[in-house]
Amino acid sequence: MIPELGQFTLILAMLLAALQAFFGIVGPAVKRERWMAAVTPAVTGQCVMVAASMGCLVASFVANDFSVQYVAENSNSALPVFYRVAAVWGSHSGSLILWIFLLACWSVAAAFGTMRLPKAFASRVLGVLGLISFGFLLYTLATSNPFLRLDPPWPDGESLNPILQDPGLAGHPPVLYTGYVGLAVAFAFAGAAMLEGRLDKDWARWTRPWTTAAWAFLSCGIALGSWWAYYTLGWGGFWFWDPVENASFMPWLMATALIHSLAVTEKRGLFKSWTLLLAVLAFSLSLVGTFLVRSGVLVSVHSFAASPTRGTFILAFLIVMIGGALALYAWRAPLLKSDAGFELTARESFLLFNNILLVTACATVFAGTMAPLISSALGLGKLSVGPPYFNPTFLLSMLPLLALLSVGIHARWKRGKLSDRARPILLTLVAAAVIGCAVVFGLFTGGRVLAPVGIGLGAWIILSSLIDPIDRLRRRITIPRAVLGMTLAHIGLGIFVVSITSVEGFTAERDVALAQGATARLGAYEFRFEGVQPVEGPNYSGVGGTVVVTRNGAPVAVMHPQKREYWVQHTVTTASAIRMYHTSNVLVALGQDLGKGAWSLRLQVRPMVSFIWLAAFIMAAGGMLAISDRRYRLPREEAEAAPVAAVTRSQA
Amino acid sequence: MSRLRFVIPLGVFALLVVVLAVGIQQSPDKDLIPSPLIGKPAPEFSLPSLTDPAQRVSSGQLLGHWYLFNVWGTWCVSCREEHEMLLKIKQSGVIPLVGLDWKDDRDDALSFLKDAGNPYATIAVDHDGSEAIMWGVYGAPETFLVNPQGIVTYKYIGPITQQAWEREILPRLPMGRTPAMPSSS
Repeated sequence: MIPELGQFTLILAMLLAALQAFFGIVGPAVKRERWMAAVTPAVTGQCVMVAASMGCLVASFVANDFSVQYVAENSNSALPVFYRVAAVWGSHSGSLILWIFLLACWSVAAAFGTMRLPKAFASRVLGVLGLISFGFLLYTLATSNPFLRLDPPWPDGESLNPILQDPGLAGHPPVLYTGYVGLAVAFAFAGAAMLEGRLDKDWARWTRPWTTAAWAFLSCGIALGSWWAYYTLGWGGFWFWDPVENASFMPWLMATALIHSLAVTEKRGLFKSWTLLLAVLAFSLSLVGTFLVRSGVLVSVHSFAASPTRGTFILAFLIVMIGGALALYAWRAPLLKSDAGFELTARESFLLFNNILLVTACATVFAGTMAPLISSALGLGKLSVGPPYFNPTFLLSMLPLLALLSVGIHARWKRGKLSDRARPILLTLVAAAVIGCAVVFGLFTGGRVLAPVGIGLGAWIILSSLIDPIDRLRRRITIPRAVLGMTLAHIGLGIFVVSITSVEGFTAERDVALAQGATARLGAYEFRFEGVQPVEGPNYSGVGGTVVVTRNGAPVAVMHPQKREYWVQHTVTTASAIRMYHTSNVLVALGQDLGKGAWSLRLQVRPMVSFIWLAAFIMAAGGMLAISDRRYRLPREEAEAAPVAAVTRSQA
Repeated sequence: MSRLRFVIPLGVFALLVVVLAVGIQQSPDKDLIPSPLIGKPAPEFSLPSLTDPAQRVSSGQLLGHWYLFNVWGTWCVSCREEHEMLLKIKQSGVIPLVGLDWKDDRDDALSFLKDAGNPYATIAVDHDGSEAIMWGVYGAPETFLVNPQGIVTYKYIGPITQQAWEREILPRLPMGRTPAMPSSS
């Protein structure tokens, strides 16, 4: 009964989404007030139906209803309730339901957030969102219905893939999807502007908080995923340039570019068509990412059951949504005029370079992700693209971006005078260079050529970002939250660059074979292997080792790496032990049983690796802080009058 | 001319669509891809027999026969569920069942078969689970249909039902009876 109710509400949701799209887009075109007034109720109704449907799926999981195929294939009665709920999005169909649910939530938020905007515009935004919802609901019902029944029901389920049996699974997909889906709102704003054929500074101000919010969620989601991979996949990697990771990273790069280009459009009325294009591309990349992951055209460690039928459907959907948006763009964008000019060293040109470099970075990641597919499509054989391609090409566009950032944040709009900030900028550059060299050659010995450059650039970003807030504090000028948020996000980026440089440059790693009681050294750390004991978990059994770690004789930790065998799937996973010691992460993973009590072990000391994720959360927090700025909440006239001037220092 | 540059994104997207469409065309099956083994030779193996540990069950012996390779274990609840159906398949005499007793206790397995009946022509023991990895087994029960050339032609996940037997497995077999296999049990 409950699964049928879930399917029924899902169908109702699809019909409501169709109404939402129709009234939202056609209403303003034929100027029917009543049609436009029907949009918000349709949005709310759709959200309620989707929530009910997702509730039914959750209920089926919690009740262990193995007559539902999706439940039987992804859960079993030995699974704790917490993971049974998380198992809802453990596989393809359920993760689509989550996608649709989050899109419905964003749509409701957009419906209330656009209430004070012009009726026709708000209606079009919701109409475009309705179109996306409709497409995904149709897709789910037609190809990936999670409510299909099994006859006869299985007595027990197949259970979740053990590497997904982790608190990380509960958090990572929902947060990441919230970001992915949030970009749909920016896309809808762009679509509405193009349908209207009008785009002004107000449009940019309306779009900015939505984009920043989606970006912040995306940042957290990617960081959570990377953190999860780090401690569950067992061997201490945190980023693999896997197609699925790239699928989330490309929209993030585009969204980052969009945030910056929106700033220019809002402040100066420039880059209009470019901003539109970025808004379309950011969400398009989430959709293309979905296609790559779900259709099975690219094989990846993340792939769920992949299917060409689904692929064909998503491709058709891509053609309608992205093709439609880009056709609209080709038709409408030439109408947008931005006639103001700017000088080479003005803030606009720094942001232009920011955009060019971010889009280039995104294009290189895209090319690397697509290369295996293109190569096999052209019959050139199988091609594998990995870190040896991604790392250098990505750095090629990132290094200049980081260097420009520290100068660019001090540039002024329109006019290119950097002179009053030249001294502090230079001072911070010198300080950063000293820090970079001191860390590399003092604290650690040696390292790669890029190490001092990376640490120096990161330090420069942090120091340079602090110039303006300190200056304002000294002169007792209040700092608007938008500026504070930007500063925080940039500091986060600086921390990120420093930590990733130290991880890449100074990770010490050894694979050793140790007999019981034997020790191995890794830098200043000493690892003593005390042997293994059997361990029993709720749904797995295995062995746990004991490793005593000391540093220069001082105790660091007693670590218990495990090798687990999950009963139901009989899959062996490595649960490495990770401890934070000062700023480093010490990792011990259990390898093979070599007999007579000896085991192979992987020992690793990664300096600052936790700061990578911390930095991502700081960036996200900066974004959220910026959204809370007053001027996004004020009605139109007031917002134009007061705080804008406070933000653009240059105009004072 | 300046209008033309706004068409570029659409053009690039059109190219992308072509690549993706070709990508889909080249994906192997038209429906769900159940196993990368389909259409490929079954993994070669030589494992001890459950009923007589001195004997071995090897893929070589099985060449020349159609058989169903069924992965099971006494710990697997769904396998017990499927057992009735397996006995019916044995009775029908259409195709022999080759069992892979997966990560199981030998005594448990033997006493279970004694009580419930043994549907298998022969049973290989995969004590440490390494053979199941070769077959890409995700969870038990899973059943593979292998032809006389040793090629895997179909994979069924979950307990075999009457419906699956009639609609999925029987139609894939050649008309008429398949040659019987020498029984080792």
